Amino acid sequence: MHILVCGGTGCHASSSNLLLENLREQVAGKDLAGEVQVIATGCFGFCEKGPIIKIIPDNTFYTQVQPADATEIIEEHVIKGRQVGRLLYKDPVNKEVISDSRKMGFYKKQIRVALRNCGFIDPENIDEYIAADGYSALGKVLTSMTPEQATKEIIDSGLRGRGGGGFSTGIKWDIARKVQADQKYVVCNADEGDPGAFMDRSILEGDPHSVIEAMIINGYCIGADWGLVYIRAEYPLAIERLKTALGQAREYGLLGEDILGTGFNFDIEIRYGAGAFVCGEETALIQSMEGHRGEPTFKPPFPAQSGYLGKPTNVNNVETFANIPVIFNKGAEWFASIGTEKSKGTKVFALAGKINNVGLIEVPMGTTLREVIFEIGGGIKDGKKFKAVQTGGPSGGCLTEKHLDTPIDFDNLLASGSMMGSGGMIVMDEDDCMVSVARFYLDFTVEESCGKCTPCRVGNKRLYELLDVISKGNGTHKDLDKLRNLGEVIKDTSLCGLGQTSPNPVLSTMDNFWDEYLAHVEDHRCPAGQCKDLIRYEVVAENCVGCTACARNCPVNCISGERKEVHFIDQSICIKCGVCFMKCKFNAISVS
Amino acid sequence: MGKLKVKIDNKLVEVEQGTTILEAARKVDVDIPTLCYMNLGDMDIEHKPGGCRICVVEVEGRRNLAPSCATDCYDGMNVKTHSIRVMNARRTVLELMISDHPFECLTCAKSGNCDLQSTAIKLGIREINYPGEKSTYKPDFSPAIIREMDKCIMCRRCEKMCNEVQTVGVLSGINRGFEAVVAPAFERDLDHSECTYCGQCVAVCPTAALTEVDHTNQVLRALADPSKTVVVQTAPAVRAALGEEFGMEPGTLVTGKMVAALRQLEFDYVFDTDFAADLTIMEEGAEILSRLSRHLSGDTSVKLPILTSCCPGWVSFFEHHFPDLLDVPSTARSPQQMFGSIAKTYFAEKIKTDRKDMVVVSIMPCVAKKYECTREEFSVDGNPDVDYSISTRELANLIKRANIDFNKLPDEEFDAPMGESTGAGVIFGATGGVIEAAVRSAYELYTKETLEKVDFEQLRGMEGIREATVDFNGFPLKIGIANGLGNARKLLDEVRSGKSEFHAIEIMACPGGCIGGGGQPLHHGNSAILKERQKAIYREDANKPLRKSHENPSIIKLYEEYLGEPLGEKAHHLLHTKYFRRGRTICIEPDVKEAE
Amino acid sequence: MKKVKSLDDLKRMKEGLQANIALREKSEHPEAMTQIKVAMATCGIASGAKEVMDFFITNLAKRNIDAIVTQTGCMGYCYAEPTVEVRLPGQDPVVYGDVDVKKADEIIEKHIKEGELVDGIIPVNYETIDKKYSGGI
Repeated sequence: MHILVCGGTGCHASSSNLLLENLREQVAGKDLAGEVQVIATGCFGFCEKGPIIKIIPDNTFYTQVQPADATEIIEEHVIKGRQVGRLLYKDPVNKEVISDSRKMGFYKKQIRVALRNCGFIDPENIDEYIAADGYSALGKVLTSMTPEQATKEIIDSGLRGRGGGGFSTGIKWDIARKVQADQKYVVCNADEGDPGAFMDRSILEGDPHSVIEAMIINGYCIGADWGLVYIRAEYPLAIERLKTALGQAREYGLLGEDILGTGFNFDIEIRYGAGAFVCGEETALIQSMEGHRGEPTFKPPFPAQSGYLGKPTNVNNVETFANIPVIFNKGAEWFASIGTEKSKGTKVFALAGKINNVGLIEVPMGTTLREVIFEIGGGIKDGKKFKAVQTGGPSGGCLTEKHLDTPIDFDNLLASGSMMGSGGMIVMDEDDCMVSVARFYLDFTVEESCGKCTPCRVGNKRLYELLDVISKGNGTHKDLDKLRNLGEVIKDTSLCGLGQTSPNPVLSTMDNFWDEYLAHVEDHRCPAGQCKDLIRYEVVAENCVGCTACARNCPVNCISGERKEVHFIDQSICIKCGVCFMKCKFNAISVS
Repeated sequence: MGKLKVKIDNKLVEVEQGTTILEAARKVDVDIPTLCYMNLGDMDIEHKPGGCRICVVEVEGRRNLAPSCATDCYDGMNVKTHSIRVMNARRTVLELMISDHPFECLTCAKSGNCDLQSTAIKLGIREINYPGEKSTYKPDFSPAIIREMDKCIMCRRCEKMCNEVQTVGVLSGINRGFEAVVAPAFERDLDHSECTYCGQCVAVCPTAALTEVDHTNQVLRALADPSKTVVVQTAPAVRAALGEEFGMEPGTLVTGKMVAALRQLEFDYVFDTDFAADLTIMEEGAEILSRLSRHLSGDTSVKLPILTSCCPGWVSFFEHHFPDLLDVPSTARSPQQMFGSIAKTYFAEKIKTDRKDMVVVSIMPCVAKKYECTREEFSVDGNPDVDYSISTRELANLIKRANIDFNKLPDEEFDAPMGESTGAGVIFGATGGVIEAAVRSAYELYTKETLEKVDFEQLRGMEGIREATVDFNGFPLKIGIANGLGNARKLLDEVRSGKSEFHAIEIMACPGGCIGGGGQPLHHGNSAILKERQKAIYREDANKPLRKSHENPSIIKLYEEYLGEPLGEKAHHLLHTKYFRRGRTICIEPDVKEAE
Repeated sequence: MKKVKSLDDLKRMKEGLQANIALREKSEHPEAMTQIKVAMATCGIASGAKEVMDFFITNLAKRNIDAIVTQTGCMGYCYAEPTVEVRLPGQDPVVYGDVDVKKADEIIEKHIKEGELVDGIIPVNYETIDKKYSGGI
């Protein structure tokens, strides 16, 4: 029997490491070591309900397991064979208890390619990776394929960059392969910066060897003997696992000189980023790796021509790399059989927002937004109404009801006014104000712009200011015109992808939620009741029983009233935090 | 590779592979506005970060607008530089830039000479549609340069000059997004950085974010003070550029008009820094010969090469970056400081005036000279040898303020004795000039023969690093010349590693030498102007009756009456200096330690 | 220190290591595999279920049969412990009662290898483990 304990950052933060220790202690104490293995794995993706443990072979899936639960799990499940009912997953909609992970809605539609080993093997043990077919793709490529053939395999697979650009990975490799140079580099972009996205982190935490293996293959294909992983320093666990994996690969001779006796040399070093969003842009990333200020440079020259230290460099994102070994193991044809005509394979999404099953999912390209949100995601929280979904992070746009049946792929998302991006997916419900959402993303872009080009540096700031004016109810029709013109000019004139996409949240919400903008401007009203300057909390006299709950909880003491008498809110002091509204049990606080 | 056929605004143009849209457009007289782009082709300085986005154009078939400065042409390209889409975008971008800029044009130091202003005029900006928060920074006043980053448009030209051309590495972009600004590390003041005050950042700044410290008012006050005797000296490169400020063609020599103007401004004595340049040659030439002969006779304590020391930017540079080589440069003071020192001693005695009642003003093509005259070692009991150093631009401003019609002034002569100079003094203004002047004198002193041909063409030019060998009657004197501190660094690295084979090296901090100094009229990126100034300098030299410093009668008289011998005790005291180990550490107080 | 010096080394190593994760791989697709569930509640253990389970694990491996042996709770047939549920791929599960080592051997040889049912099947309206639990606890 194997007990798999999630060791991803999310579960780690909820003490899964303590749980792991307790389980191991129990197993040792009850003399079960011969039959039961307790294994720390990478992320299962179902972060909403972490810490997660999964018991093999019966696939029992326990959620929100506390360290103290270890005893019961061992005594009941392992020894007596009785599942611990209270830890089983309960479907949020029909309240049905599901013990077998394979039968959970969250997992049913998922196909795990990039995440194949996450939650399956122990990422700190190279033997488990090797057992799971690890490094066999490398062996195959190094011993039986020329760089050209191997590159062709990737071209044929139809794999496109998962970091946001969606450029054909194989063709990118081919360009770098064809450039003549004495030195070339392979760079893994692990500078995941989209708010709420954590697929790269999870892969590096759960399956670092697949990235290492892919980078070696990449090195062989383009003729590079050195690789660099650019990872943000805020990912300590991923860094630690990656370091462990690199050490093990070196110890096994899978990194270093004369790999598998083929005479091919390759090694990898880690570079740390300081958490600048723009450094996910490959030219800015290279600048940063060279020790310069992290800002994009003009393309061409592309990194494939002149990249790190002026040498041809191939930059791919973590998720892209994680797909590479499987393509060689199962064949380009197999990979190309998954997905849509122009977007092959699967895509990992970080599902977040007002959704029941928050977490990391991987679905075939072509899955619809509806399937992702309502089947895998388990629908909207608290039975509220779906309003919009933001894909592509701050560079993407907000999609609505009418896009729900669009099959997700690179081109469809772009055509709908959003983008794939790195795979962030934030779901919004009826309580979300779209002007505020746009403002939130602009706030992020203003912070994260590098400041090099004028439209992004100043333009985004002005977009934010215009949105701020509108959300305060002081906007005019002219401001709306300005918003659109400015957004379009920023897209048209910015230097890099950050500025070229930063107005997307504004433009797409203007396209899809024009009425909401008009309500803010014409009626000085926020339909979702979110814009603080446009709402008032008032006591509904006929409902108020004078329980004093609102007054006691008000953080600024703006509610007055004697016990058992109608209370009063002083609007001049009220900060519109909404606590009174939440605390009132008698519907005696209204929002207008 | 064949030529590319490109259509720009319906005009066909054939260009070489690698030509940018901007370059191609200029060939067919389509003048696309730019703000960050800078190309000093002759000095191999090209800056096209593609950051301002003013030069965007529409390329048929392309998704977004292309920055013309950084986009290469391809065959069959169809470019529109004034479609409605481009015009709207360009205008919006410029409005954005101005929306984060103080509206101080009337009182701004660069008004009328500002690239942002002229672009706004060109695009007909009448209102700012996108007003909003402006970034504000505390102004940074150093002895020579003022930074007012409120006015910065992030063109990053200064960074290019400071880091790549000069390799000083003080200015760089810091902070992100709207808060991004160009500043020394940790936003410290220039005064607390290793800034050399070369002023190249000031020379290329399109706005008034970087300007020189203005001393014109102090000079006017001194001139109006009847108790003060005000002496002025004018550096060689000033006369070759001042005319530009009054609409004259680059390269017009205005020596006589300048002297007349200074007299109309009521300076008591109008002297010439060229006189002090001749004096510098006497000392530096003697030092070169002394070190050379001791070295050749086997004295290992004497180091070669010897480096010139007339340029204060360069002096700061080696104090900060090569503190281990302080014994390599000549100890001779710069001409400005030799002039001040002699004016307040020898000349003060002559006119029987106390140094405290004298004000020495220098007109310099330079920003670093402002800093140099504040250095403590160049003052006596707190009274500086040179009181104020003003730039060519400031002098032009003074002349305009005094209602003087410069173009109609007669030519006048400098006063005696410190106005007399030779052609050798004049060429100090161009790169290679100091060493050529030194060679002219050293040759005669070394060989004891008369030098017939004084023009050493092999020492002239614009290239950043040049080398030449001069035959000293059988002894090959190897000479290196660098202009621009980045080039100087290359020669210095060789000296440090012991690989340098030169006997003498001339270094000037600014590209082109003093003619391209940080205090000169702005060239707005046109490097042809520098070439014209250089020609003018050599023309002035050729027209001088005397062309060797040691033949200057006033200099001969100065040694006879006052100094004695070159390198003698009095000369040592008045005309030589010492250097300080400054290092590169950033600390709260500058780490100044005296050299042993 | 292990060094992987060639592709063959890697293959050999993989073969050696595969058993470590085989259980996890099989559990991903249990329907494609023979599954044997041994009831291991107090009643089962008291009647010798542990011995039976060990017998299955060792002998299935010995006889090169790909199968998953898992334990389960009390199936409710306490009178007939130890009880064992056998599910061949694509077939309905069958529960045997009073299984001892000898019976286990018979189940392997006849039921699992040949597909013939063996005596001792608990016939009536048995419930599979899944059904029992999916009803909610």
